[in-house]
Amino acid sequence: MTLDISRDHALELLRDMIRIRRLEEKSAELYSKQKIRGFLHLYIGEEAVGVGAMRALRMDDNIVATYREHGHALIRGVSAGEIMAEMYGKANGCSGGRGGSMHLFCAERRFYGGHAIVGGGFPIAAGLALADKMKGEALVTACFFGDGATDEGEFHETLNLTALWKLPVLFLCENNQYAMGTAFERHVSDRDIANNPPAYGIPSDSVNGMDVVAVERAVHNAAETVRETGAPRFLELRTYRFRAHSMYDAELYRDKEEVEEHKKEDPIATFQARAMSEGLITQDDVDAIEADAAQEIADAVEFAEQGEWEPIEDIARHTYARNLP
Amino acid sequence: MTTYREAVRTAIQTLLREDPRVFLMGEDVGRYGGAYAVSKGFLEEFGEERIRDTPLCESTFVGAGIGAAIGGMRPIVEVMTVNFSLLALDQVVNNASLMRHMSGGQFEVPLLVRMATGGGKQIAAQHSHSLENWYAHIPGIKVLAPATVQDAHDMVLAGIEDPDPVFIFEHQMLYGMEGPLDTESTPPSPWKAAVRREGKDVSLIAYGGSLHKALGAADELEKEGIVAEVVDLRSLRPLDHETIVQSVSRTHRAVVIDEAWKTGSLASEISAILAEEAFYELDAPIERVCTLEVPIPYAKHLEDAAIPQVDRIVAAAKRSVGGA
Repeated sequence: MTLDISRDHALELLRDMIRIRRLEEKSAELYSKQKIRGFLHLYIGEEAVGVGAMRALRMDDNIVATYREHGHALIRGVSAGEIMAEMYGKANGCSGGRGGSMHLFCAERRFYGGHAIVGGGFPIAAGLALADKMKGEALVTACFFGDGATDEGEFHETLNLTALWKLPVLFLCENNQYAMGTAFERHVSDRDIANNPPAYGIPSDSVNGMDVVAVERAVHNAAETVRETGAPRFLELRTYRFRAHSMYDAELYRDKEEVEEHKKEDPIATFQARAMSEGLITQDDVDAIEADAAQEIADAVEFAEQGEWEPIEDIARHTYARNLP
Repeated sequence: MTTYREAVRTAIQTLLREDPRVFLMGEDVGRYGGAYAVSKGFLEEFGEERIRDTPLCESTFVGAGIGAAIGGMRPIVEVMTVNFSLLALDQVVNNASLMRHMSGGQFEVPLLVRMATGGGKQIAAQHSHSLENWYAHIPGIKVLAPATVQDAHDMVLAGIEDPDPVFIFEHQMLYGMEGPLDTESTPPSPWKAAVRREGKDVSLIAYGGSLHKALGAADELEKEGIVAEVVDLRSLRPLDHETIVQSVSRTHRAVVIDEAWKTGSLASEISAILAEEAFYELDAPIERVCTLEVPIPYAKHLEDAAIPQVDRIVAAAKRSVGGA
């Protein structure tokens, strides 16, 4: 089966996936240099999900993401500089240095976080969709979450509520096979996650999350259906995390062979090879994309390095609209 | 005269009539009319879009309130009682209170959550908690405890007007209480404590359902020549240090009444504030009258013994005065 996309489209998909990967690689490097601290969860291996999904959504749609969200924010249009500065904890970060890696926010791009309590974003997504519905706006709220989140009560509660109230939420399950260190088959009773939503009357589907074109098409179609019907839909995007859960993770729970096996499906390498074999792009294109990404990341690091630290005197800001007496 | 229930109801009704962004959701708020009958008739007047009966999922409907507030609405979420609100505590602690901070000020949560609290109705251990202090512990949210009919009305209006998440605790024994309601005058700031009765011998500091027991105790004390001042905290976060300290600076004695368990209670916090800010004004040790450190029993005589009552407040005040 051919990709059936234009050359420009292929270039954009590849460019965005490479941008995420290079950003993540640089983040890991800066973590080891202690420029970035705290928790850092890398998206390497899962880029096709973020890129395909973000490109399929409209800029006026709402995004609710998880703590593994650097890629989502980047493709949504938050600059690499603002993301990097946030990870540095600098005031020029996209959350003013208050959030860090796990709490990227951007009001302008309707990027509603960066949530690090697994499952905690579901009700927020339902509420955003409820607000849109009550205001008569035909927007989609895209709610990203991992397979681990489907264990949480709020997942089932939110499926029930959004189906009952007909709220325009697109549930996007990034199934990377692990809830931190607990393998999918060890934390989910029904191996087919897409079986859950139909129990609440929500149509669902599973997609190969290592195939950026498949993700983009599936999310586009699902989002348009949500937009037209105003009712929720669910997509499982089957993917795999190549790196550790976080920088603290020694990966004692899985074999290196398993990881290597999945790396054969690397979303960037496979897509690049297909696009080249179909004559859509050339090695020169890839080299140019790599050069641009390298420059973008270098600029981002510079932006973060040059950023200011928020003065300690301002610590009470953003606790309330007005500081309390 | 108006009941406390009617005052809450009038305020919500006013908001629903005046602001299309306002809507009410919670368990049984619609067809049932609210577990405490606050929203009776609302479904007929405002329709299902704005009066939303929720499934039984406290975490998700409180979280949906947070999302809707971020999305530009002004939700009033009724959690039937504080006991059930524990299921939503993650949404309160990890989302409502943190959104403004984590987003560097980009997103705010103008959400109003109301719930009934307290014991006294023989509804046993799982339905009689007073956990306002848990909420008052959390920076990023505000906590109100209306003790009067007027405050029951005004605090709903203030809660919706406020750009931050506001939690209102309505003591379940107060819904039937009658009092005057003025809907014309500009209400006082909800964030300040109020002296409900002036006195000179001892300050009885209380809030919510306990305020009326404190006032009852002041009546008893007066018969014995002790003139107690009664302070109503009104706002539990922020806490109005000034009014408390000023009162104790006049009376030099303090009895703090709180229906929560004593350990880690707001009564403890008030005591600490007085120790820090009014130490040299005190002529006697601070007294705390709180719920005994046991689950609230069902049997009436045991429940009465567990939670603060007038006689315990009177005894504490006498100890305070007698120990000068």
